[in-house]
Amino acid sequence: MTISNNQTLTSKQYLIAYEQMLVLRRFEEKCGQFYGMGLIGGFCHLYIGQEAIIVGVEMVKQKGDSTITSYRDHAHIILAGTEPKYVLAELMGKATGCSKGKGGSMHMFDVPGKFFGGHGIVGAQVPIGTGLAFAEKYKKTGNISFTFMGDGAVNQGQVYEAFNMAALWKLPVVYIIENNEYSMGTSVKRSTAFTDLYRKGESFGIKGVKVDGMNLQEVYTAMREAAEFARSGQGPILLEVKTYRYRGHSMSDPAKYRTKEEVEEYKVRDPLTDVRNKILENAYATEDDLKDIEKKVKALINEASDFAEHSPLPDESELYTDVYTENE
Amino acid sequence: MPIKILMPALSPTMTEGNLAKWFKKEGDKVAPGEVIAEIETDKATMEVEAVEEGIMGKIVISAPTENVPVNSLIALLLEDGEDISVLDNFKIEAPKQKSLVVENEQSSNTKSVSDVAIEASVNQKNVSSINNRIFASPLARKIAEIEGIDLGSVAGSGPHGRIVKADLQNAKQSSAKNTLFRNPVESRIVPNNNVRKIIAKRLVESKQTIPHFYLSIECNVDKLLQTREDINEMFSADKSKKISVNDFVVLAIAKALKDVPEANSSWSDTQIHYYNNVDVSVAVAIEGGLITPVVKNADQKDILQISAEMKSLAARARENKLSPEEFQGGGFTVSNLGMYGIKNFGAIINPPQSCILAVGAGSKRAIVINDEIKIATIMDVTLSCDHRVVDGAIGANFLAAFKKYIEKPALILV
Amino acid sequence: MTQMTVREALRSAMQQEMKNDPDIFIIGEEVGEYQGAYKVTQGLLEEFGPERVIDTPITEHGFTGLAVGAAFAGLRPIVEFMTFNFALQAMDQIINSAAKTNYMSGGQVKCPIVFRGPNGAAARVGAQHSQNFAAAFGHIPGLKVVAPYSAEDSKGLLISAIRDNNPVIFLENEILYGQSFDMPEIVEPIPFGKAKIVLEGEDVTIVTFSLQVKMALDAAEILKESDIKAEVIDLRSIRPLDEEAIINSVKKTNRLVVVEEGWFFCGLGATISSIVMKNAFDHLDAPVEIVAGKDIPLPYAVNLEKLALPSVEDIIAAVKQVCYR
Repeated sequence: MTISNNQTLTSKQYLIAYEQMLVLRRFEEKCGQFYGMGLIGGFCHLYIGQEAIIVGVEMVKQKGDSTITSYRDHAHIILAGTEPKYVLAELMGKATGCSKGKGGSMHMFDVPGKFFGGHGIVGAQVPIGTGLAFAEKYKKTGNISFTFMGDGAVNQGQVYEAFNMAALWKLPVVYIIENNEYSMGTSVKRSTAFTDLYRKGESFGIKGVKVDGMNLQEVYTAMREAAEFARSGQGPILLEVKTYRYRGHSMSDPAKYRTKEEVEEYKVRDPLTDVRNKILENAYATEDDLKDIEKKVKALINEASDFAEHSPLPDESELYTDVYTENE
Repeated sequence: MPIKILMPALSPTMTEGNLAKWFKKEGDKVAPGEVIAEIETDKATMEVEAVEEGIMGKIVISAPTENVPVNSLIALLLEDGEDISVLDNFKIEAPKQKSLVVENEQSSNTKSVSDVAIEASVNQKNVSSINNRIFASPLARKIAEIEGIDLGSVAGSGPHGRIVKADLQNAKQSSAKNTLFRNPVESRIVPNNNVRKIIAKRLVESKQTIPHFYLSIECNVDKLLQTREDINEMFSADKSKKISVNDFVVLAIAKALKDVPEANSSWSDTQIHYYNNVDVSVAVAIEGGLITPVVKNADQKDILQISAEMKSLAARARENKLSPEEFQGGGFTVSNLGMYGIKNFGAIINPPQSCILAVGAGSKRAIVINDEIKIATIMDVTLSCDHRVVDGAIGANFLAAFKKYIEKPALILV
Repeated sequence: MTQMTVREALRSAMQQEMKNDPDIFIIGEEVGEYQGAYKVTQGLLEEFGPERVIDTPITEHGFTGLAVGAAFAGLRPIVEFMTFNFALQAMDQIINSAAKTNYMSGGQVKCPIVFRGPNGAAARVGAQHSQNFAAAFGHIPGLKVVAPYSAEDSKGLLISAIRDNNPVIFLENEILYGQSFDMPEIVEPIPFGKAKIVLEGEDVTIVTFSLQVKMALDAAEILKESDIKAEVIDLRSIRPLDEEAIINSVKKTNRLVVVEEGWFFCGLGATISSIVMKNAFDHLDAPVEIVAGKDIPLPYAVNLEKLALPSVEDIIAAVKQVCYR
């Protein structure tokens, strides 16, 4: 992904972004549908409404940069380079899944794409993401780590232990708080004494930036600057990206802790719709062009569904494989 | 192709829910992400969003409807450009229940009453056999097996009398020296089980409280043996049906009791019970003791019936499978030690009965008939009587009647 | 044959491996400038520099996660816990991140990391600083767990641990750090899952690991006077366990005593007992005896502490029990 000197998104970028966001949106909706049919089991956390964040990061990410997040990870792995059909197969616990059916929704990894999961324990990914940055600095690669966390993870002790070490050793991490206002059913107001999350790194001297996550341009600009900062060797930086998830925390969550009106308010600011409108307003493409993209995306998701549904379950012999890895 | 809209599951364990509300009517446009319906479970109310784009073609299950199974068809969406007529040909299949397939455990948990009884009696048997168990370490058992040592002959020096490897080595050493092996453990303890305790109690009670006296006579069983042979010829093919001398003894006792009902009685302080039914208890040896199954109304049964019943009772007695009614009751007991070669003996009365007949082995003896010595098979029987109820005369009368039927079996027929 | 302390042997293993592979680094509290809380890493900062010998703040949870992330990214961290008691704060990263990720990712994400440090009781340091974690870590599939006794084994096993591409829990012992042992010039890496028969005998098998190996050998010496010849097996490797060595020995002696410093309940002895019962039932002349730490948090008073931990007397009593003496 080449970064133009001009920080304003170009028409090409908008179109690529639209397609990416649409893939993510349709994919997550399909997951919701499959979960309701019992084809996906266990936990399933959907990214619907938050697409602009990962798409913005993806525009800025360079080859060799790492990403890591918690369990709301389907979008992250798709943009890291894993085809949706392997992600959906994993969700359905099939042998063709990206983790051979042994991980499920929360444990997806794309090592060539340097996406390191996919973690079930809230906050655990933050020190790990810091370690990824540590490794890049150790090997002097100039790569950085984008470490995502939610507003709930921000209250975990290990997050601050990681911030301390990152600042102390000037590690190249971009910490991204995807603040969708609720950790499961508890709002930020009810759980967090100091609610300016972007300032949570201040005790460690980490600069914080607040970003509107529903606006792709704003996300892009902020991520660009943050990545540059981290890559400069000055240490970590913290971004609080305000966003919203239209669905519950996971598929089992009826989301009684917020009103329908609140959800509707955010839907009006839907980043996907926003990007679509901008494309049409600025005549970056026609309605027919967009419909073509939509058809293409629909076909992609259908292909992924067919693939996943018709894939076999893992062979029983896989029960005992991968507990340990081989030594050469 | 119309697009199916199915009833979604809100949680992995949900199997059905209430379709509370539709937000779309037939003919309305539907865009992806739009809320089209509301469903309820006992936990929560959730909105259903459309995934596909189209026009609401047919609402298959209207709202409100309760208990709609998950994955059942609730509506059909027409794709862009489809005509409503395609729905006419569309078959609505019965909802596929996505249920966990649980292996049907053919419940072996339901037991019949008889099974329980059998179990109980089997457990009883185990209890007694545990008391005869030998404790030995797994190693000692293996060595004993390999070297052909009988663990029963080895004393165990381990805890609870456990035989350990060293004990086997000692056992071998001492037999190798050809000296006397004195068992360091003086006695083998066998705790008394219930059967033994009950037998003990009752026999002591009988001997201490009942004034026993004994009457003996001899019976010439030549004719009996011939009669038995004649009958058993019928069963030359199926030997398991052959009748025995003791079957006749039971029948003869039954007939004699009809003649002398005073012997079919029981003493209590204020009154004597004279039984109206002729129920004969027959002593049967079982592992660890004795039990007396009862042939009920023996006077009304023929020899074949008595024989079959005796075989069944005896077999089940040995397997501890008798039900309580089968060994309780009875007005008169017979105990036959003839098969052990016993010539005669005096048995102990079974309270609350008044008599018990002890039958010995029949043997060829020299007898005097018309001042001549002849050979006949003679069987001794001894009647023990409770003097409070059955005095000498009654006892003698009973024995005379019994002897009559035993010596002339034809009389049983009249 | 020279003499070397366990401490020196451990240091020499790390030094050797770090020279050969630039991806190996040490991280932990006081490992650098302080020269190591127990002086195991003494001199390594001077030799390899602060980028490869890293002093951390007191943040076990955080730095363990950081090290796991570095391992995911392809480095080979050696994480020192000042004692394994402090690893309790990092259990989530050790178990949920390090141990399970290779499996959950279908074999994609490896974690070549070593967690090392003193394990078990020291000298009167109280309950929170004295727990033995062999059984707790041994319980987890995805981890490898080793516990050397001698200096040679300490070096050989640590080299293997550093070279292993899986997360390894390396349990050391503070009291053993200063003990000297014979040490050959070259020490080959010792494979995991291989126990060592340190004393042969035919009357009883004593299985143990770490500091209790010394106690077992002392007990065996005393038992000779009662004409009991004990065979002592030093496990060296808890997971994987050398079941074959244990079973073969029991088939020879017919009697087994397991000695562990940790508590009996849900412990290593109970597991070994079950394995032996399953595989050598007919060879047992007596039930397996387990000598374990008493079921209490460790007390401070000198006499109570001694009573609470396994002793030579306890081992002798257990052996006599299984010999019916």
